[in-house]
Amino acid sequence: MTTWQPTASLEMLQTRARLLSKLRAFFADKDIYEVQTPVLSHAGNTEPSIETFVTQQSEHSKYPLQPSFLNTSPEFAMKRLLAAGSGSIYQITPVFRQGEQSKKHNPEFTLLEWYRLNFDHHALMGEVNLLIRFIAKDFLAMGRSHFYSYQDAMIKFADVDPFTASIEELKAATVKAGIDVVGMEENTSETFSLETSHQESCRNGWLDLLMCQVVEKNLPLNCPVFIYDYPASQAALAKIRKGSPDVAERFELYINGVELANGFHELSDAAEQAERFKKEQQIRKERGLPGIPADTHLIAALKHGLPDCAGVAIGFDRLLMVLTGAQHINDVLTFPFDRA
Amino acid sequence: MATYSTSEFKNGLKLMIDGHPCSITENELVKPGKGQAFNRVKLRNLKTGRVVEKTFKSGESVEAADVMETDMQYLYTDGEAWYFMDTNTFEQVGADETAVGENIKWLVEQDMCAVTLWNGVPIAITPPNFVVLEITETDPGLRGDTSGGGGKPATCNTGAVVRVPLFIDQGETIKVDTRTGEYVGREKK
Repeated sequence: MTTWQPTASLEMLQTRARLLSKLRAFFADKDIYEVQTPVLSHAGNTEPSIETFVTQQSEHSKYPLQPSFLNTSPEFAMKRLLAAGSGSIYQITPVFRQGEQSKKHNPEFTLLEWYRLNFDHHALMGEVNLLIRFIAKDFLAMGRSHFYSYQDAMIKFADVDPFTASIEELKAATVKAGIDVVGMEENTSETFSLETSHQESCRNGWLDLLMCQVVEKNLPLNCPVFIYDYPASQAALAKIRKGSPDVAERFELYINGVELANGFHELSDAAEQAERFKKEQQIRKERGLPGIPADTHLIAALKHGLPDCAGVAIGFDRLLMVLTGAQHINDVLTFPFDRA
Repeated sequence: MATYSTSEFKNGLKLMIDGHPCSITENELVKPGKGQAFNRVKLRNLKTGRVVEKTFKSGESVEAADVMETDMQYLYTDGEAWYFMDTNTFEQVGADETAVGENIKWLVEQDMCAVTLWNGVPIAITPPNFVVLEITETDPGLRGDTSGGGGKPATCNTGAVVRVPLFIDQGETIKVDTRTGEYVGREKK
Protein backbone atom coordinates (compact mmCIF):
# COMPACT_ATOMS: atom_id res chain seq x y z
CA MET A 1 0.00 0.00 0.00
CA THR A 2 1.48 3.31 -1.07
CA THR A 3 -1.47 5.56 -0.20
CA TRP A 4 0.31 6.71 2.98
CA GLN A 5 2.63 8.73 0.76
CA PRO A 6 2.02 12.32 -0.35
CA THR A 7 0.81 12.81 -3.92
CA ALA A 8 2.83 16.01 -4.42
CA SER A 9 6.56 15.66 -5.06
CA LEU A 10 8.85 16.98 -2.34
CA GLU A 11 10.09 19.53 -4.84
CA MET A 12 6.52 20.75 -5.30
CA LEU A 13 6.07 21.06 -1.55
CA GLN A 14 9.14 23.29 -1.41
CA THR A 15 7.75 25.38 -4.25
CA ARG A 16 4.51 25.61 -2.31
CA ALA A 17 6.39 26.92 0.71
CA ARG A 18 8.23 29.45 -1.45
CA LEU A 19 4.95 30.69 -2.92
CA LEU A 20 3.48 31.14 0.57
CA SER A 21 6.41 33.24 1.74
CA LYS A 22 6.31 35.33 -1.46
CA LEU A 23 2.63 36.06 -0.92
CA ARG A 24 3.27 37.05 2.68
CA ALA A 25 6.08 39.35 1.54
CA PHE A 26 3.73 41.00 -0.98
CA PHE A 27 1.17 41.79 1.71
CA ALA A 28 3.72 42.86 4.31
CA ASP A 29 5.06 45.36 1.80
CA LYS A 30 1.60 46.91 1.49
CA ASP A 31 0.88 46.94 5.23
CA ILE A 32 -1.97 44.49 4.83
CA TYR A 33 -1.84 42.23 7.86
CA GLU A 34 -2.56 38.55 8.24
CA VAL A 35 -5.49 37.36 10.33
CA GLN A 36 -6.82 33.98 11.41
CA THR A 37 -10.53 33.35 11.80
CA PRO A 38 -12.32 30.16 12.94
CA VAL A 39 -12.60 27.26 10.56
CA LEU A 40 -15.57 25.85 12.47
CA SER A 41 -18.61 28.10 12.82
CA HIS A 42 -22.18 28.07 14.13
CA ALA A 43 -23.44 29.47 10.85
CA GLY A 44 -22.91 28.07 7.38
CA ASN A 45 -23.01 29.20 3.78
CA THR A 46 -26.56 29.39 2.44
CA GLU A 47 -25.45 29.51 -1.21
CA PRO A 48 -27.42 26.75 -2.98
CA SER A 49 -24.56 25.60 -5.23
CA ILE A 50 -22.19 24.96 -2.32
CA GLU A 51 -22.53 22.07 0.09
CA THR A 52 -21.20 22.72 3.58
CA PHE A 53 -19.70 20.01 5.79
CA VAL A 54 -21.72 19.77 8.99
CA THR A 55 -20.38 18.26 12.20
CA GLN A 56 -22.37 15.57 13.99
CA GLN A 57 -23.11 15.66 17.65
CA SER A 58 -21.63 12.80 19.60
CA GLU A 59 -24.25 10.95 21.64
CA HIS A 60 -21.76 10.66 24.46
CA SER A 61 -20.95 14.33 24.65
CA LYS A 62 -21.53 15.80 28.08
CA TYR A 63 -22.15 19.19 26.51
CA PRO A 64 -25.19 20.13 24.47
CA LEU A 65 -23.79 20.80 21.04
CA GLN A 66 -25.35 22.60 18.11
CA PRO A 67 -24.38 21.30 14.67
CA SER A 68 -21.36 23.29 13.51
CA PHE A 69 -20.26 24.07 9.99
CA LEU A 70 -16.84 23.93 8.38
CA ASN A 71 -16.07 27.15 6.54
CA THR A 72 -16.60 27.22 2.79
CA SER A 73 -14.85 30.60 2.83
CA PRO A 74 -13.51 32.93 5.55
CA GLU A 75 -15.56 35.79 4.09
CA PHE A 76 -18.13 36.37 6.84
CA ALA A 77 -15.64 36.38 9.71
CA MET A 78 -13.25 38.67 7.83
CA LYS A 79 -16.06 41.16 7.17
CA ARG A 80 -16.83 41.17 10.87
CA LEU A 81 -13.20 42.15 11.49
CA LEU A 82 -13.50 44.90 8.88
CA ALA A 83 -16.66 46.20 10.57
CA ALA A 84 -14.76 46.16 13.87
CA GLY A 85 -12.20 48.52 12.31
CA SER A 86 -9.41 46.12 11.34
CA GLY A 87 -8.36 47.95 8.18
CA SER A 88 -7.05 45.99 5.18
CA ILE A 89 -6.44 42.32 6.04
CA TYR A 90 -5.60 38.99 4.41
CA GLN A 91 -5.84 35.34 5.32
CA ILE A 92 -4.53 32.03 3.98
CA THR A 93 -6.81 29.32 5.25
CA PRO A 94 -8.22 25.86 4.54
CA VAL A 95 -11.87 25.80 3.40
CA PHE A 96 -14.20 22.88 2.84
CA ARG A 97 -16.83 22.06 0.23
CA GLN A 98 -18.57 18.69 0.10
CA GLY A 99 -18.59 16.61 -3.03
CA GLU A 100 -16.19 18.77 -5.00
CA GLN A 101 -13.56 16.40 -6.30
CA SER A 102 -11.98 16.51 -9.74
CA LYS A 103 -8.71 17.43 -11.43
CA LYS A 104 -9.25 20.97 -10.18
CA HIS A 105 -11.23 20.34 -6.98
CA ASN A 106 -10.53 18.81 -3.59
CA PRO A 107 -13.13 18.93 -0.81
CA GLU A 108 -10.55 20.67 1.39
CA PHE A 109 -8.51 23.39 -0.29
CA THR A 110 -6.64 26.56 0.57
CA LEU A 111 -7.94 30.05 -0.09
CA LEU A 112 -5.98 33.26 -0.09
CA GLU A 113 -8.48 35.98 0.70
CA TRP A 114 -7.92 39.69 1.17
CA TYR A 115 -9.85 42.91 1.66
CA ARG A 116 -8.90 46.45 0.75
CA LEU A 117 -10.52 49.51 2.26
CA ASN A 118 -11.73 52.18 -0.17
CA PHE A 119 -11.16 49.93 -3.18
CA ASP A 120 -13.84 49.09 -5.70
CA HIS A 121 -13.67 45.93 -7.83
CA HIS A 122 -11.64 47.67 -10.55
CA ALA A 123 -9.01 48.88 -8.08
CA LEU A 124 -8.79 45.39 -6.59
CA MET A 125 -8.50 43.75 -10.02
CA GLY A 126 -5.50 46.02 -10.54
CA GLU A 127 -3.93 44.77 -7.31
CA VAL A 128 -4.67 41.11 -8.11
CA ASN A 129 -2.97 41.68 -11.46
CA LEU A 130 0.07 43.15 -9.69
CA LEU A 131 0.26 40.22 -7.30
CA ILE A 132 0.01 37.65 -10.10
CA ARG A 133 2.79 39.38 -12.04
CA PHE A 134 4.90 39.69 -8.89
CA ILE A 135 4.78 35.98 -8.11
CA ALA A 136 4.70 34.68 -11.70
CA LYS A 137 8.11 36.21 -12.42
CA ASP A 138 9.87 33.20 -10.87
CA PHE A 139 7.77 30.68 -12.73
CA LEU A 140 6.63 31.53 -16.25
CA ALA A 141 6.41 34.23 -18.86
CA MET A 142 3.03 35.92 -18.65
CA GLY A 143 1.51 37.77 -21.60
CA ARG A 144 -0.41 41.04 -21.48
CA SER A 145 -3.38 40.96 -19.07
CA HIS A 146 -6.88 41.08 -20.53
CA PHE A 147 -9.93 42.71 -18.98
CA TYR A 148 -13.38 41.94 -20.40
CA SER A 149 -16.79 42.80 -19.05
CA TYR A 150 -18.97 39.69 -18.63
CA GLN A 151 -21.13 40.93 -21.51
CA ASP A 152 -18.17 41.50 -23.83
CA ALA A 153 -16.63 38.12 -22.94
CA MET A 154 -19.87 36.29 -23.73
CA ILE A 155 -20.32 38.15 -27.02
CA LYS A 156 -16.69 37.67 -28.03
CA PHE A 157 -16.24 34.01 -27.03
CA ALA A 158 -19.75 32.50 -27.08
CA ASP A 159 -21.38 34.80 -29.63
CA VAL A 160 -24.37 35.67 -27.47
CA ASP A 161 -25.42 38.72 -25.46
CA PRO A 162 -26.03 37.49 -21.89
CA PHE A 163 -28.25 40.43 -21.01
CA THR A 164 -30.62 40.50 -23.96
CA ALA A 165 -30.71 36.88 -25.21
CA SER A 166 -33.79 34.78 -24.53
CA ILE A 167 -33.37 31.32 -22.98
CA GLU A 168 -33.88 29.83 -26.46
CA GLU A 169 -31.05 31.98 -27.78
CA LEU A 170 -28.76 30.96 -24.91
CA LYS A 171 -29.57 27.35 -25.70
CA ALA A 172 -28.92 27.92 -29.39
CA ALA A 173 -25.49 29.35 -28.52
CA THR A 174 -24.56 26.15 -26.65
CA VAL A 175 -25.74 24.01 -29.56
CA LYS A 176 -23.73 26.14 -31.97
CA ALA A 177 -20.65 25.60 -29.78
CA GLY A 178 -21.17 21.83 -30.06
CA ILE A 179 -22.31 21.30 -26.46
CA ASP A 180 -24.75 18.41 -26.01
CA VAL A 181 -26.31 18.98 -22.62
CA VAL A 182 -28.65 16.81 -20.54
CA GLY A 183 -30.95 17.98 -17.74
CA MET A 184 -31.22 21.70 -18.46
CA GLU A 185 -34.60 23.32 -18.09
CA GLU A 186 -36.07 24.87 -21.15
CA ASN A 187 -38.56 27.59 -21.68
CA THR A 188 -41.71 25.54 -21.44
CA SER A 189 -45.01 27.07 -20.41
CA GLU A 190 -45.28 24.85 -17.31
CA THR A 191 -41.93 25.84 -15.85
CA PHE A 192 -42.56 29.46 -16.61
CA SER A 193 -45.91 29.76 -15.01
CA LEU A 194 -43.74 29.75 -11.88
CA GLU A 195 -42.29 32.80 -10.21
CA THR A 196 -39.53 34.94 -11.68
CA SER A 197 -36.84 33.60 -9.32
CA HIS A 198 -37.28 30.26 -11.05
CA GLN A 199 -36.84 31.81 -14.49
CA GLU A 200 -33.77 33.57 -13.19
CA SER A 201 -32.13 30.37 -11.93
CA CYS A 202 -32.94 28.65 -15.24
CA ARG A 203 -31.30 31.52 -17.16
CA ASN A 204 -28.28 31.43 -14.87
CA GLY A 205 -27.95 27.68 -15.49
CA TRP A 206 -27.56 28.30 -19.23
CA LEU A 207 -25.18 31.21 -18.61
CA ASP A 208 -23.04 29.06 -16.29
CA LEU A 209 -22.96 26.35 -18.95
CA LEU A 210 -21.81 28.83 -21.60
CA MET A 211 -19.23 30.32 -19.24
CA CYS A 212 -17.59 27.07 -18.17
CA GLN A 213 -17.96 25.07 -21.39
CA VAL A 214 -17.50 27.70 -24.08
CA VAL A 215 -16.05 31.00 -22.81
CA GLU A 216 -13.44 29.46 -20.46
CA LYS A 217 -12.14 27.25 -23.25
CA ASN A 218 -11.69 30.14 -25.65
CA LEU A 219 -9.98 32.66 -23.39
CA PRO A 220 -6.48 33.81 -24.36
CA LEU A 221 -3.73 31.61 -22.90
CA ASN A 222 -0.62 32.32 -20.81
CA CYS A 223 -1.90 35.59 -19.41
CA PRO A 224 -4.25 36.78 -16.66
CA VAL A 225 -7.81 37.25 -17.95
CA PHE A 226 -10.22 39.25 -15.82
CA ILE A 227 -13.98 39.17 -16.34
CA TYR A 228 -16.05 41.79 -14.47
CA ASP A 229 -19.58 43.21 -14.04
CA TYR A 230 -21.64 40.03 -13.75
CA PRO A 231 -25.42 39.74 -14.17
CA ALA A 232 -27.16 41.13 -11.09
CA SER A 233 -28.71 37.71 -10.49
CA GLN A 234 -25.16 36.30 -10.02
CA ALA A 235 -24.12 38.99 -7.53
CA ALA A 236 -23.37 36.57 -4.67
CA LEU A 237 -22.00 39.09 -2.11
CA ALA A 238 -21.24 41.95 -4.49
CA LYS A 239 -22.80 45.40 -4.67
CA ILE A 240 -25.26 45.87 -7.52
CA ARG A 241 -24.70 48.94 -9.67
CA LYS A 242 -27.88 50.46 -11.08
CA GLY A 243 -27.94 50.88 -14.83
CA SER A 244 -29.44 49.30 -17.89
CA PRO A 245 -29.16 46.55 -17.11
CA ASP A 246 -28.08 46.48 -13.46
CA VAL A 247 -24.77 44.65 -12.98
CA ALA A 248 -23.03 43.04 -10.01
CA GLU A 249 -19.67 44.61 -9.18
CA ARG A 250 -17.99 41.22 -9.17
CA PHE A 251 -14.98 39.89 -11.05
CA GLU A 252 -13.24 36.62 -11.75
CA LEU A 253 -9.69 35.84 -12.81
CA TYR A 254 -8.80 33.07 -15.23
CA ILE A 255 -5.37 31.87 -16.28
CA ASN A 256 -5.12 29.17 -18.95
CA GLY A 257 -8.85 28.51 -18.65
CA VAL A 258 -8.61 27.82 -14.90
CA GLU A 259 -10.91 29.83 -12.65
CA LEU A 260 -8.51 31.25 -10.07
CA ALA A 261 -10.18 34.10 -8.22
CA ASN A 262 -13.50 35.66 -7.43
CA GLY A 263 -13.79 39.21 -6.11
CA PHE A 264 -16.46 41.70 -5.10
CA HIS A 265 -16.97 45.34 -4.43
CA GLU A 266 -18.52 44.20 -1.17
CA LEU A 267 -22.20 44.53 -0.40
CA SER A 268 -22.48 46.58 2.82
CA ASP A 269 -26.25 46.96 3.07
CA ALA A 270 -27.44 44.79 5.99
CA ALA A 271 -31.07 44.64 4.84
CA GLU A 272 -30.12 43.56 1.33
CA GLN A 273 -27.69 40.95 2.70
CA ALA A 274 -30.45 39.52 4.91
CA GLU A 275 -32.74 39.48 1.89
CA ARG A 276 -30.14 37.55 -0.19
CA PHE A 277 -29.68 35.00 2.58
CA LYS A 278 -33.45 34.54 2.72
CA LYS A 279 -33.67 34.09 -1.04
CA GLU A 280 -30.87 31.49 -1.01
CA GLN A 281 -32.56 29.62 1.81
CA GLN A 282 -35.78 29.65 -0.20
CA ILE A 283 -33.98 28.18 -3.25
CA ARG A 284 -32.40 25.51 -1.01
CA LYS A 285 -35.88 24.59 0.19
CA GLU A 286 -37.30 24.43 -3.36
CA ARG A 287 -34.45 22.16 -4.47
CA GLY A 288 -34.78 19.93 -1.42
CA LEU A 289 -31.30 20.86 -0.13
CA PRO A 290 -30.50 20.80 3.60
CA GLY A 291 -31.32 24.02 5.43
CA ILE A 292 -28.36 26.11 6.61
CA PRO A 293 -28.65 28.80 9.28
CA ALA A 294 -27.63 32.22 7.93
CA ASP A 295 -24.84 34.08 9.69
CA THR A 296 -26.63 36.54 11.96
CA HIS A 297 -23.27 37.88 13.20
CA LEU A 298 -22.53 39.10 9.68
CA ILE A 299 -25.88 40.90 9.46
CA ALA A 300 -25.22 42.54 12.84
CA ALA A 301 -21.75 43.60 11.70
CA LEU A 302 -23.15 45.11 8.50
CA LYS A 303 -25.75 46.98 10.57
CA HIS A 304 -22.93 48.38 12.66
CA GLY A 305 -21.24 49.43 9.40
CA LEU A 306 -18.90 47.79 6.92
CA PRO A 307 -16.43 50.31 5.49
CA ASP A 308 -16.41 50.64 1.72
CA CYS A 309 -14.16 47.83 0.55
CA ALA A 310 -13.44 45.20 -2.06
CA GLY A 311 -12.42 41.61 -1.37
CA VAL A 312 -11.11 38.70 -3.37
CA ALA A 313 -10.47 34.99 -2.85
CA ILE A 314 -7.81 33.15 -4.83
CA GLY A 315 -7.64 29.37 -4.95
CA PHE A 316 -4.10 28.90 -3.65
CA ASP A 317 -3.73 25.29 -4.85
CA ARG A 318 -4.94 26.20 -8.30
CA LEU A 319 -2.59 29.16 -8.42
CA LEU A 320 0.28 26.77 -7.71
CA MET A 321 -1.05 24.44 -10.43
CA VAL A 322 -1.11 27.22 -13.01
CA LEU A 323 2.36 28.49 -12.05
CA THR A 324 3.98 25.06 -12.19
CA GLY A 325 1.90 23.63 -15.04
CA ALA A 326 0.54 20.83 -12.81
CA GLN A 327 -2.42 19.13 -14.51
CA HIS A 328 -4.03 17.65 -11.40
CA ILE A 329 -4.69 19.29 -8.04
CA ASN A 330 -3.29 16.14 -6.36
CA ASP A 331 0.12 17.13 -7.76
CA VAL A 332 0.18 20.19 -5.48
CA LEU A 333 -1.44 18.72 -2.34
CA THR A 334 0.28 16.69 0.37
CA PHE A 335 -2.64 14.37 0.95
CA PRO A 336 -5.76 14.81 -1.20
CA PHE A 337 -9.11 13.84 0.33
CA ASP A 338 -8.82 10.15 -0.62
CA ARG A 339 -5.60 9.93 1.39
CA ALA A 340 -6.47 12.42 4.11
CA MET B 1 -35.93 1.33 -13.43
CA ALA B 2 -32.47 1.71 -11.96
CA THR B 3 -30.87 5.13 -12.32
CA TYR B 4 -27.55 6.72 -11.46
CA SER B 5 -27.06 10.28 -10.24
CA THR B 6 -24.19 12.31 -11.72
CA SER B 7 -22.46 12.10 -8.33
CA GLU B 8 -22.15 8.33 -8.87
CA PHE B 9 -20.60 8.71 -12.34
CA LYS B 10 -17.30 6.92 -12.79
CA ASN B 11 -15.41 5.19 -15.55
CA GLY B 12 -17.02 1.96 -16.67
CA LEU B 13 -20.53 2.86 -15.45
CA LYS B 14 -23.15 1.67 -17.98
CA LEU B 15 -25.92 4.11 -18.91
CA MET B 16 -28.70 4.39 -21.44
CA ILE B 17 -28.02 7.38 -23.67
CA ASP B 18 -30.54 8.25 -26.40
CA GLY B 19 -31.74 4.64 -26.31
CA HIS B 20 -28.27 3.09 -26.63
CA PRO B 21 -26.29 1.26 -23.97
CA CYS B 22 -23.10 3.23 -23.29
CA SER B 23 -20.13 3.02 -20.93
CA ILE B 24 -18.48 6.06 -19.30
CA THR B 25 -14.86 6.44 -20.42
CA GLU B 26 -14.20 9.90 -18.95
CA ASN B 27 -16.01 11.94 -16.30
CA GLU B 28 -14.98 15.44 -15.29
CA LEU B 29 -16.70 17.67 -12.75
CA VAL B 30 -16.96 21.22 -14.05
CA LYS B 31 -17.94 23.54 -11.26
CA PRO B 32 -17.64 27.28 -11.11
CA GLY B 33 -16.93 28.74 -7.64
CA LYS B 34 -20.37 30.31 -7.75
CA GLY B 35 -23.12 28.68 -9.75
CA GLN B 36 -24.31 25.54 -11.45
CA ALA B 37 -22.06 22.46 -11.60
CA PHE B 38 -21.85 20.12 -14.59
CA ASN B 39 -20.35 16.74 -15.41
CA ARG B 40 -18.53 16.63 -18.72
CA VAL B 41 -18.69 13.00 -19.77
CA LYS B 42 -17.34 10.88 -22.60
CA LEU B 43 -19.34 7.73 -23.32
CA ARG B 44 -18.63 4.78 -25.59
CA ASN B 45 -21.62 3.30 -27.36
CA LEU B 46 -21.28 -0.38 -26.53
CA LYS B 47 -22.88 -1.47 -29.81
CA THR B 48 -21.00 0.71 -32.25
CA GLY B 49 -17.90 1.62 -30.25
CA ARG B 50 -18.47 5.26 -31.16
CA VAL B 51 -17.59 7.83 -28.47
CA VAL B 52 -19.93 10.72 -27.70
CA GLU B 53 -19.38 13.69 -25.41
CA LYS B 54 -22.23 14.94 -23.24
CA THR B 55 -22.60 17.53 -20.50
CA PHE B 56 -24.93 16.68 -17.63
CA LYS B 57 -26.31 19.22 -15.22
CA SER B 58 -25.01 17.90 -11.88
CA GLY B 59 -27.67 16.20 -9.82
CA GLU B 60 -29.42 14.72 -12.86
CA SER B 61 -30.31 11.04 -12.84
CA VAL B 62 -29.72 8.84 -15.85
CA GLU B 63 -31.21 5.44 -16.60
CA ALA B 64 -28.81 2.57 -15.96
CA ALA B 65 -28.14 0.16 -18.81
CA ASP B 66 -28.60 -3.50 -17.88
CA VAL B 67 -25.25 -4.48 -19.34
CA MET B 68 -22.93 -7.20 -18.17
CA GLU B 69 -19.78 -8.67 -19.54
CA THR B 70 -19.34 -12.38 -19.07
CA ASP B 71 -16.81 -14.99 -20.20
CA MET B 72 -18.42 -17.54 -22.53
CA GLN B 73 -17.17 -20.32 -24.72
CA TYR B 74 -17.62 -19.99 -28.48
CA LEU B 75 -19.36 -23.10 -29.80
CA TYR B 76 -20.29 -22.82 -33.49
CA THR B 77 -22.15 -20.80 -36.09
CA ASP B 78 -25.08 -21.76 -38.25
CA GLY B 79 -24.31 -18.87 -40.57
CA GLU B 80 -26.93 -16.59 -39.02
CA ALA B 81 -25.91 -16.57 -35.42
CA TRP B 82 -22.73 -17.32 -33.49
CA TYR B 83 -23.42 -19.39 -30.39
CA PHE B 84 -21.71 -18.94 -27.03
CA MET B 85 -22.11 -20.96 -23.85
CA ASP B 86 -21.79 -20.09 -20.18
CA THR B 87 -19.54 -22.91 -19.00
CA ASN B 88 -21.05 -22.82 -15.51
CA THR B 89 -24.74 -22.89 -16.37
CA PHE B 90 -24.43 -24.36 -19.89
CA GLU B 91 -26.83 -21.67 -20.99
CA GLN B 92 -26.38 -20.69 -24.64
CA VAL B 93 -26.87 -17.37 -26.40
CA GLY B 94 -26.75 -16.54 -30.11
CA ALA B 95 -25.02 -13.34 -31.24
CA ASP B 96 -25.99 -11.80 -34.55
CA GLU B 97 -23.63 -10.50 -37.20
CA THR B 98 -23.66 -6.91 -35.87
CA ALA B 99 -22.65 -8.07 -32.40
CA VAL B 100 -19.85 -10.25 -33.72
CA GLY B 101 -18.74 -7.61 -36.21
CA GLU B 102 -15.10 -7.58 -37.26
CA ASN B 103 -14.23 -10.14 -34.60
CA ILE B 104 -15.77 -12.88 -36.70
CA LYS B 105 -12.30 -13.68 -38.02
CA TRP B 106 -10.91 -14.40 -34.54
CA LEU B 107 -13.60 -16.84 -33.42
CA VAL B 108 -12.13 -20.26 -32.80
CA GLU B 109 -14.38 -23.02 -31.54
CA GLN B 110 -13.99 -23.66 -27.80
CA ASP B 111 -12.10 -20.40 -27.16
CA MET B 112 -13.31 -18.32 -24.21
CA CYS B 113 -14.56 -14.89 -25.29
CA ALA B 114 -15.91 -11.90 -23.34
CA VAL B 115 -19.53 -11.42 -24.32
CA THR B 116 -21.30 -8.13 -23.58
CA LEU B 117 -24.95 -8.77 -22.85
CA TRP B 118 -27.57 -6.01 -22.88
CA ASN B 119 -30.86 -7.17 -21.37
CA GLY B 120 -29.52 -10.68 -21.84
CA VAL B 121 -28.82 -10.23 -25.57
CA PRO B 122 -25.23 -10.21 -26.87
CA ILE B 123 -24.27 -6.83 -28.33
CA ALA B 124 -20.49 -7.18 -28.53
CA ILE B 125 -17.86 -9.91 -28.46
CA THR B 126 -14.25 -9.56 -27.36
CA PRO B 127 -12.06 -12.46 -28.50
CA PRO B 128 -9.13 -13.64 -26.36
CA ASN B 129 -5.96 -11.54 -26.75
CA PHE B 130 -4.23 -14.46 -28.50
CA VAL B 131 -5.73 -17.07 -30.80
CA VAL B 132 -4.19 -20.05 -32.55
CA LEU B 133 -5.11 -20.33 -36.22
CA GLU B 134 -4.32 -22.77 -38.99
CA ILE B 135 -3.02 -21.46 -42.28
CA THR B 136 -5.15 -22.62 -45.17
CA GLU B 137 -3.50 -20.66 -47.94
CA THR B 138 -0.19 -18.88 -48.46
CA ASP B 139 2.69 -18.80 -50.93
CA PRO B 140 5.10 -21.73 -50.50
CA GLY B 141 7.52 -21.26 -47.63
CA LEU B 142 11.12 -20.31 -48.27
CA ARG B 143 13.16 -22.72 -46.15
CA GLY B 144 16.19 -21.26 -44.56
CA ASP B 145 14.85 -17.72 -44.73
CA THR B 146 14.44 -16.97 -41.04
CA SER B 147 15.40 -13.33 -41.32
CA GLY B 148 11.81 -12.34 -40.62
CA GLY B 149 12.17 -9.48 -43.07
CA GLY B 150 9.47 -8.87 -45.63
CA GLY B 151 6.70 -11.34 -44.94
CA LYS B 152 3.66 -12.41 -46.91
CA PRO B 153 -0.09 -12.62 -46.45
CA ALA B 154 -1.55 -15.88 -45.16
CA THR B 155 -5.24 -16.82 -45.06
CA CYS B 156 -6.30 -18.70 -41.93
CA ASN B 157 -9.04 -21.22 -41.20
CA THR B 158 -11.26 -18.48 -39.68
CA GLY B 159 -10.92 -16.29 -42.76
CA ALA B 160 -8.43 -13.92 -41.12
CA VAL B 161 -5.57 -12.72 -43.32
CA VAL B 162 -2.37 -12.30 -41.30
CA ARG B 163 1.07 -11.15 -42.38
CA VAL B 164 3.52 -13.97 -41.63
CA PRO B 165 7.28 -14.50 -42.12
CA LEU B 166 8.38 -16.04 -45.41
CA PHE B 167 9.33 -19.42 -43.86
CA ILE B 168 5.76 -20.20 -42.72
CA ASP B 169 3.97 -22.88 -44.72
CA GLN B 170 0.43 -23.81 -45.52
CA GLY B 171 -1.02 -26.19 -42.91
CA GLU B 172 1.05 -24.74 -40.08
CA THR B 173 -0.56 -23.23 -36.98
CA ILE B 174 0.35 -19.77 -35.75
CA LYS B 175 -0.38 -17.58 -32.74
CA VAL B 176 -1.91 -14.18 -33.50
CA ASP B 177 -2.52 -11.12 -31.31
CA THR B 178 -6.18 -10.22 -31.92
CA ARG B 179 -5.72 -6.66 -30.64
CA THR B 180 -3.22 -5.78 -33.36
CA GLY B 181 -3.91 -8.56 -35.87
CA GLU B 182 -0.20 -9.36 -35.87
CA TYR B 183 1.60 -12.69 -36.09
CA VAL B 184 3.25 -13.61 -32.78
CA GLY B 185 4.86 -16.98 -33.47
CA ARG B 186 4.55 -20.55 -34.62
CA GLU B 187 2.46 -22.87 -32.53
CA LYS B 188 2.91 -26.65 -32.36
CA LYS B 189 -0.16 -28.61 -33.31
